[in-house]
Amino acid sequence: MTHLPLLNAQQMAQFVARGFLRLDGVVPEALNAQFLQEMGEIAPPVPGRGLMRTYGEMLAKAGVPEVAAGIPLDQAYEDGSALAKLVQLPVVAGAIRSLVGEDPIFDHHFLHVTFPPAYHEASGGENVSQHTHQDSTIDPRTAFDVQIMYYPHAVTREMGGTRFVPGTHLRRVSEVALGRYQNIRGQQHMVCEAGTLLFIHSGIWHGGGVNLSDRTRTMFKIRINPNPRSSRTQVRQFDVSTLVPQNQQRPIFYVKGPLPPSVEQTLMTPEPWFEQDTGRLEFLNRIRLWRYLTDDPTYDADYWLTRVENLAEV
Amino acid sequence: MQRQKILVLYTANSALDSPVIGWSVYDGTGQTRPMAGDQDEPPYRTGVDALKDGWRLIQAAQLLPHGRGEEFDLAYLKYEFFFEQLVEVQP
Repeated sequence: MTHLPLLNAQQMAQFVARGFLRLDGVVPEALNAQFLQEMGEIAPPVPGRGLMRTYGEMLAKAGVPEVAAGIPLDQAYEDGSALAKLVQLPVVAGAIRSLVGEDPIFDHHFLHVTFPPAYHEASGGENVSQHTHQDSTIDPRTAFDVQIMYYPHAVTREMGGTRFVPGTHLRRVSEVALGRYQNIRGQQHMVCEAGTLLFIHSGIWHGGGVNLSDRTRTMFKIRINPNPRSSRTQVRQFDVSTLVPQNQQRPIFYVKGPLPPSVEQTLMTPEPWFEQDTGRLEFLNRIRLWRYLTDDPTYDADYWLTRVENLAEV
Repeated sequence: MQRQKILVLYTANSALDSPVIGWSVYDGTGQTRPMAGDQDEPPYRTGVDALKDGWRLIQAAQLLPHGRGEEFDLAYLKYEFFFEQLVEVQP
């Protein structure tokens, strides 16, 4: 039995449709302060000193352990450390359980620091945003990893923030091959208060924003995998008591007004960047992911899969 | 002396007069430094609006048939149009 605050069906449908879950200010201030203290001071800019050198020294000094990929997440961090406390927060543990299931596996983590203009001027480098990309490499799975992005201090728009494009997570692309795309309608920038978490599906398109403020910006990322040896992996791990039985399909196309909120309504809500034809394929792929997470191979929303699975000619 | 400015528009379907859903700018004059995430609203409503503003279309994405078994796969944005402007710069 679990007493964790699991995600409900509506939150899961939002994650399936848009590829992210944002929890604003959920990490206590004392924990944010402990984390920043453990990370240590970042050296000030020094003329002629390369930024990669500054970054490398910062990573070497920071109180983040080197952790072997593939170990259980609950063995990754020393008890009492800020990162151990972070993943043990009930709201975090509940979201992790809901999204990737029991006994999740630690993949990797990284301390992302984005430097303000003074560092780039000192090093002679250019201060630019990161190209939009999908992490890791081409990933054809239906199963997915989750990345937790932790913002231990407030982030203003001037500081850049993580940029991401909701709803891009089901596209199979090759890392930064999509770097050509500078701006996409509906893109979001993480402007947030301290202690905010962004859980993202491993496929979502994102990039670091350029920092035009006068201070460094810190974000810590942890990637976790579902455990293939767990009996239930990531299937039906959210609060399934909140699922509403689907007795029949909704009316489609010819409707006389807005339909009430539902999982179907969430899954069928397009993003501003959706192409008119492939937007429909996005719907199909969302339905397939919902089938996987609910272990219901007959589920459909607005008849999209029922229609193409009707093999009448056979 | 001339330098090239490039505008890339991604549209909602293969028609140049369909809405813009993504965009990029590359400036060969060096006078501006466009970059990822620098603009949340598109510079033009449609590709035709870019033509009206003097951009010259130099490449359009092809329409390709869907391979059997890959009909539902999605990857990169599909409707990509490259435009250019030639800008006089001081040598």
